[in-house]
Amino acid sequence: MKKLFWVKAALVILAAMPVAILFYRGLHDDLSADPVEYILHYTGIWALRFLLITLAVTPLRRLFNLPVLLRFRRILGVTAWIYASLHFGVYLVLDLQFDLAHLGEDIIKRPYITVGFLAWLLMTPLALTSSNRAVKALGRRWKQLHRLIYIIVLLACLHFIWLVKADLLEPLIYTAIALILLFYRLLQTNRHSKHSE
Amino acid sequence: MKFIPDCHPNEVTDEDIVRHRRRFLKNAGILATSGFLPGCDSRAEEKAQHNQKPDCKPYNLLCEEVTAEKYATSYNNFYEFSLLKDGPARLAKDFNPHPWEVKVAGLVEQPGTYDLEKLIAGLPNEERIYRFRCVEAWSMVIPWNGFALHHLIRRLKPLSSARYVAFETLYDPNRMPNQHRHVIPWPYREGLRMDEAMNELAFMATGMYGKPLPNQNGAPIRLVVPWKYGFKSIKSIVAIHFTDKQPVNSWHQIAPQEYGFYANVNPAVDHPRWSQASERRIGAKASLFNPRIKTLPFNGYGEYVADLYKGMDLRRFF
Repeated sequence: MKKLFWVKAALVILAAMPVAILFYRGLHDDLSADPVEYILHYTGIWALRFLLITLAVTPLRRLFNLPVLLRFRRILGVTAWIYASLHFGVYLVLDLQFDLAHLGEDIIKRPYITVGFLAWLLMTPLALTSSNRAVKALGRRWKQLHRLIYIIVLLACLHFIWLVKADLLEPLIYTAIALILLFYRLLQTNRHSKHSE
Repeated sequence: MKFIPDCHPNEVTDEDIVRHRRRFLKNAGILATSGFLPGCDSRAEEKAQHNQKPDCKPYNLLCEEVTAEKYATSYNNFYEFSLLKDGPARLAKDFNPHPWEVKVAGLVEQPGTYDLEKLIAGLPNEERIYRFRCVEAWSMVIPWNGFALHHLIRRLKPLSSARYVAFETLYDPNRMPNQHRHVIPWPYREGLRMDEAMNELAFMATGMYGKPLPNQNGAPIRLVVPWKYGFKSIKSIVAIHFTDKQPVNSWHQIAPQEYGFYANVNPAVDHPRWSQASERRIGAKASLFNPRIKTLPFNGYGEYVADLYKGMDLRRFF
């Protein structure tokens, strides 16, 4: 039990490393010519990475028979939400400088922002229901609610694809990973339903 | 002569600007004495000494903060080298732009392949400090060195049937490594209508910040069209073609619903995916708290270029 605590603590530190690196670069004036753009992209990409890592827990746990991995999923998922919130916060505070009219226009008129905003919005109830108490209180419905992550990750990928100008390679790599992780679940459910027949 | 309306002498404090003004005045002085700039006399220098704007070439932005050289030379798009903003500076280091040949073709009296140095020898060199507005909604203020495009065009003598001028970037994957990937159709192409090209503001840069043009910024020669989105300002030009048909321009070819031929900076016409109403200005110092600034029609150069588009629906011809 104690050992698990230390592994979790290490994981939290690891999850915070990108922010630490960002601060370090900021202090050394090393955030490119357009730091707002840099931080926006940086926090966004880490949100997506942690979403994918969170989604990878179940397949990895089954493939390598490591049930203990499940104990780290909450930290990973909440980290994804924190990065997504930083991403949205930087956009609202540093980029738009609280111009709420601009925010409203962006969310309504710019599809890539619409889906990005929606992804963050849908993540929020998941982050809020990550305590043990919420898991207990919600029972079966907790699992149903947290299946939203499948939609969230697709929205996040779409957000990325729709904002690039020409080179789709990077967003498509992330999307491919997301699809593989989702496809794995589809296979699992099919197998399970066949077994039960 | 008109002044820049939003420009107040007391704003002129930045060291860079003063430095650029001095250089500009030096150039202007040389040009004035050699008769290139009628109407611009030594009073300009006197005025500047009294902390006033010189009254020739009001489109030289002597009172807007100049972008730090290190940003203008390390943060830009040049897909021939890299898709990352900081990629061209790293990957173009060993690019050798000398010697350089430019092919002139089409409806022109002087077609042929020219050595660049000979082609532009003797054209009146000057410095222009222009706003540079990227279609991605960031902007800079850059002091370019070079000559007005019309000087070169006059030298080449296009036929009266020429209505457009088209430009091409070098295609040589061994020297421009990202051309091995087919991210966009190579070579990169751009074009201007003849009257746009002959406008006083259309500029050919062979340098910036008083130095030869860095490789990553389009050495040895590039176009600078300050009232249009940055992608019109084609880099590392190897071909100039005069034609009577509207030429292909690369971004229009890639995504015709998003990028037009004209690509005039226009806050009223949004990019289909993002707003063009404002921009993040990259100034002398990178900061997290630089406010977004409003994008101006024709990037603030309407006074000089709006007439070119009289009667045109700029929503259609975006």
